[in-house]
Amino acid sequence: MTGFGVSVAFWVLSVLTLASAGGVMASRNLIHAVLFLIVVFLGVSGFFVLLSADFLAMAQVIIYVGAISVLILFAIVLTPRAERDNSETVMVLPAIFLGISLMAIMLFVLYDANWSVTATEPSLSAAVLGSSLLSVWVLPFELASVLLTAALVGSIMLVRSPSDEEGDLA
Amino acid sequence: MFPLLVTDHWYDLRDLANLYRVILEGLDHILPTGLVYVITALLGFIAFFVIFVLPSQLYVGVYGERRLIGRMQARQGPNRVGPLGLLQPIADALKLLQKEALTPRSADRTIMWIAPILFVAPAILIFAVIPFGPRMVFADIPVSLMYFLAISSLPVIASFMAGWSSNNKYSLFGAMRIVAMSISYEVPLVLGLLSVAVLSGTMSLQGMVIWQQDIPTWMILIQPIAFAVYFIGVSAELNRTPADIAEAESEIVAGYLTEYSGMRWGLFYGMDIAYALGASAFAATVFFGGWSLFGLEQWIPPWLIFILKTYLFYFLFIWTRATLPRLRIDQLMSFSWKFLLPVALFNLLIVAVERLIWTSNDLPDAIVWAFGGVNIILMVGIVFVWSKVFKYDPKNRPTKPRLVNESGGYRPVDLGEGGSAS
Repeated sequence: MTGFGVSVAFWVLSVLTLASAGGVMASRNLIHAVLFLIVVFLGVSGFFVLLSADFLAMAQVIIYVGAISVLILFAIVLTPRAERDNSETVMVLPAIFLGISLMAIMLFVLYDANWSVTATEPSLSAAVLGSSLLSVWVLPFELASVLLTAALVGSIMLVRSPSDEEGDLA
Repeated sequence: MFPLLVTDHWYDLRDLANLYRVILEGLDHILPTGLVYVITALLGFIAFFVIFVLPSQLYVGVYGERRLIGRMQARQGPNRVGPLGLLQPIADALKLLQKEALTPRSADRTIMWIAPILFVAPAILIFAVIPFGPRMVFADIPVSLMYFLAISSLPVIASFMAGWSSNNKYSLFGAMRIVAMSISYEVPLVLGLLSVAVLSGTMSLQGMVIWQQDIPTWMILIQPIAFAVYFIGVSAELNRTPADIAEAESEIVAGYLTEYSGMRWGLFYGMDIAYALGASAFAATVFFGGWSLFGLEQWIPPWLIFILKTYLFYFLFIWTRATLPRLRIDQLMSFSWKFLLPVALFNLLIVAVERLIWTSNDLPDAIVWAFGGVNIILMVGIVFVWSKVFKYDPKNRPTKPRLVNESGGYRPVDLGEGGSAS
């Protein structure tokens, strides 16, 4: 997509996404941070729309906004004293160092990558994505599902009470 | 697809897209370049929201629902303001506008102020992909089914913000309940809609209507399980009465709405109805054939057929609300995970096999009717087996939460010697 409207949308989305990402870092209240994070996810899905990747944009909203951030909210509300006790720690310095290193690596990759431009517009429809996931990329796809199943089983094992496990042996 | 008898003249009311196009083309000549896009968005908002949703909300949602529930419960319902009480919703709206919107001193003011606004926006966005006619769809994107799911996951966040920012015990209970319930019911809901997408081979709502018109059939006859799962899941997500535990007034005052008053509360209340209308419009599109009616859409305006089907589905909502008692939260949760989810998975498996048989053998379209018959028999079988043989029965569920069990269960107050609590 090109045109004046798309450029305006790109800059508005960029400002919104970056400002909310700053909000995630700056806000002391964890709930506010998660709400900013939701805005970041919505902004990223807007970028996918600008790239004509409708399916990815919708998947981004369903998975990140609808499920993952709701789970993070759950985790925060169920953690005792999560809203308080967010004072300064010494860990702030390593965190800043780590963040800057990560950003440097990503900028280097962006700079170093060979951005080849094709004349034909790639097809990003859901049907094409689905068939390539189940033909070319079937091994990573299945590995991801095995990983998710393992995580599911592990989380169920973690929350089982001792009385449940006694019942297993019998 | 049948050739349409509808002409391109602007006065042909069978397709309002003509009128829309003529207005936009006329404005494009007068206005500077680019401004017509803004006009398009505004006209879309007016067409969907001001002309369709708002009157439906007031008259089908508020008035019709109260009158019908009144009839079902053998009482009159609102009948004082105006003839037959027809002015009641307008009087209610005026009253709400005048009332003061209070904010508790200890609340998180910003989030409490933003939450109703965030709750309203998705209710309007949902109608962007609903096809009202062959050409009457505002945004005909190829993944509109996913668009609907994505948009309908946003109001949950707004409800959570409302409940959390109120800084009230009952508000937070309601917020946690709505978040837990929406996560639980989203899974079977998506699986049910996935089986619909598998059978019709498209994720576009317009494509599904055309698929149902071509066979011709209605998806509810082919996939009754998917419809049942959708209906139950969506009424839980929308917080409609058999499952409205997030604002159960007998348990937690009004849930996440406890601290809201005036028009802020009114926005939540009104938009709940708008979401129910959106879900009804979606169900009418996916399961009831949308704007098609076995060829009759050539003469009757398709948008009229579609709106009537939407109201028909909304009547189902009213009916269940008037007849079924509210469930407990543990019943709802275990029903979602232990009953709806396996049934939806079985349905997906069956439908995928049917789709494979259909496409790989190049069978005629009429085979879909045979699938429908098989599916209805299988639905009865699966529900019977799952409830009787595997003993899924609400009475067998624990009636007490686990924490209570671990602390030794409920203990009566020690009444002492004299029989009175010391």
